[in-house]
Amino acid sequence: MDKVLTRLVGVEGSRTLEVARRHGAYKSLEAAVKLDPAEIVEKVKASGLRGRGGAGFPTGVKMSFMPKEPTPERPNYLICNADESEPGTFKDRVIIEEDPHLLIEGCLISSFAMRCSCAFIYIRGEYTLGARVLEQAVAEAKAAGLVGKNIFASGWDCDVVVHRGAGAYICGEETALMDSLEGGRGNPRLKPPFPAQAGLYGCPTTINNVETLANLPAIIERGPEWFAGIGRNERNTGPKLYCVSGHVKRPGVYELPISTPLMEIIDEHCGGLLREGSRLKAVIPGGSSVPVLRAEECQDLPMDYDAVAERGSMLGSAAVMVMDHTTDMVKVMARLSHFYAHESCGQCTPCREGTPWLEKIFQRILRGEGRPEDLDLLESVASHMQGTTICPLADAAAMPARSFISKFRDEFEHYIQHGRSAVAAG
Amino acid sequence: MFGEAFEKKVDEMVARYPQPRGAVMPLLHMVQEEEGYVSPEAEAWIAQRLGLAPAYVHGVTTFYTMYRTSKQGRYLLQLCTTVSCMLRGCDNVLEHIKQRLGIEEGETTADGTFTLVTVECLGSCGTAPMMQVNDDYYEDLDIERVDALLDALERGERPEPGPGPCRVLVE
Repeated sequence: MDKVLTRLVGVEGSRTLEVARRHGAYKSLEAAVKLDPAEIVEKVKASGLRGRGGAGFPTGVKMSFMPKEPTPERPNYLICNADESEPGTFKDRVIIEEDPHLLIEGCLISSFAMRCSCAFIYIRGEYTLGARVLEQAVAEAKAAGLVGKNIFASGWDCDVVVHRGAGAYICGEETALMDSLEGGRGNPRLKPPFPAQAGLYGCPTTINNVETLANLPAIIERGPEWFAGIGRNERNTGPKLYCVSGHVKRPGVYELPISTPLMEIIDEHCGGLLREGSRLKAVIPGGSSVPVLRAEECQDLPMDYDAVAERGSMLGSAAVMVMDHTTDMVKVMARLSHFYAHESCGQCTPCREGTPWLEKIFQRILRGEGRPEDLDLLESVASHMQGTTICPLADAAAMPARSFISKFRDEFEHYIQHGRSAVAAG
Repeated sequence: MFGEAFEKKVDEMVARYPQPRGAVMPLLHMVQEEEGYVSPEAEAWIAQRLGLAPAYVHGVTTFYTMYRTSKQGRYLLQLCTTVSCMLRGCDNVLEHIKQRLGIEEGETTADGTFTLVTVECLGSCGTAPMMQVNDDYYEDLDIERVDALLDALERGERPEPGPGPCRVLVE
């Protein structure tokens, strides 16, 4: 498969408009604005593209929820979610830093298809380099008339605004992101109303991940059939960025056809496990919020939405975290539980109270002070968090907790009985 | 506040958003860049500029970890300790930095040069462990590389950040 999302990586000057245009940037936009917006939505539907941020919702269907006749009082908005914060995930950063015009073009194609007058790119605050690169790229695109008034003489106006977050994981959740973009604390909102009905400033809004939007220029250029031809079936299509970290020889971002088998990614693309003679123990396949897989569950697993779900986990952000046999799973879990306790926004009681409780109990087990009833207590706390809050952060904390305990129960019990790790004890 | 060029940039920022309140976060970033932290005076100034209550602005400041409400060392060392970095040995790096600087997490060296904090995943997992120093990402850390980095910072140099997330893509 030739590269689509990362084709300019390594090309000298890829951030500049001149080099990007030499490689065809904005040609898809020029073609798109000659189409009827509904035609673009149909193309995206036919491509089978699903959201690359984690939820996997069909992108074309999401676009079709937007009102067809926005008014000046109630404009349509696009938000590009570049708040990449799911532990293990570093793929959007590659697009932002290396090919910002691909992202801007994707934002504009989507904005045209949904009749948006402004696209906001919400980038996580720590990505200061990415924010600078994007600001510069937007300025260049504006100066060239690609952003602003009457784009490609279509009579359609669209602005692009880059907005920096400031270090809150919760702002990757789409409704918290909108609160933050409006200048507030990032507290998630109840749904309904869904963003397409009442989103940013109460106006119809669609939120898409960076990688999702970066696929649009290729869908316009090469056609939905080409896109749908990549992958295992019509529900899992297109190129995909996998971010691999942990105990492999060559961690990094890989652009591969979706449905590439997990063990092929680890053994062939990443060069196998980091240390000679080590054995695979576990993989978190889609960012820290999804259930962990044991080594045997990683065999013959196409890395796509449906196959990973059938295995009881989720493709999520396709952040593959690889752990070899030396890994102390209790320590990993304790570390994860700290993350969620730190990042809970505090709005809903089960999450505000539950995430620190999970952390407290996992930490005491790790210190060798675990009690025999702790595993049941953890199960009880986690089960009361799942499905009881406004946003999925509580679920994101509870799911790994439950899966770690059920799949590596012997390690937790060893800690509780002996006060130390089963792994270090050999 | 902070002179004419600053005011001009403030006006530009406010104009970007459908409502002035949208500019709270960029303005907080801007005052922090000027002063190194967000002071109560700066919050009051932003509140007045955007027609908000100072308490509202303070509520935003304190929600986000990147806004700091007190002065930090000249170099803010932000070491990631989330899982991918943990798997690649960030705990050893943390221990080493603490020993070398003689400070604990959250503390500043007596000469005001370094403040050390641990942070949650910064999206640098393929080049773990990593540390953000002020705005810059330093990745693929081990004890030798950390020592070289701290040596350079102590000399007042700014070593080249990186290497960034693209290594395996360009090979």
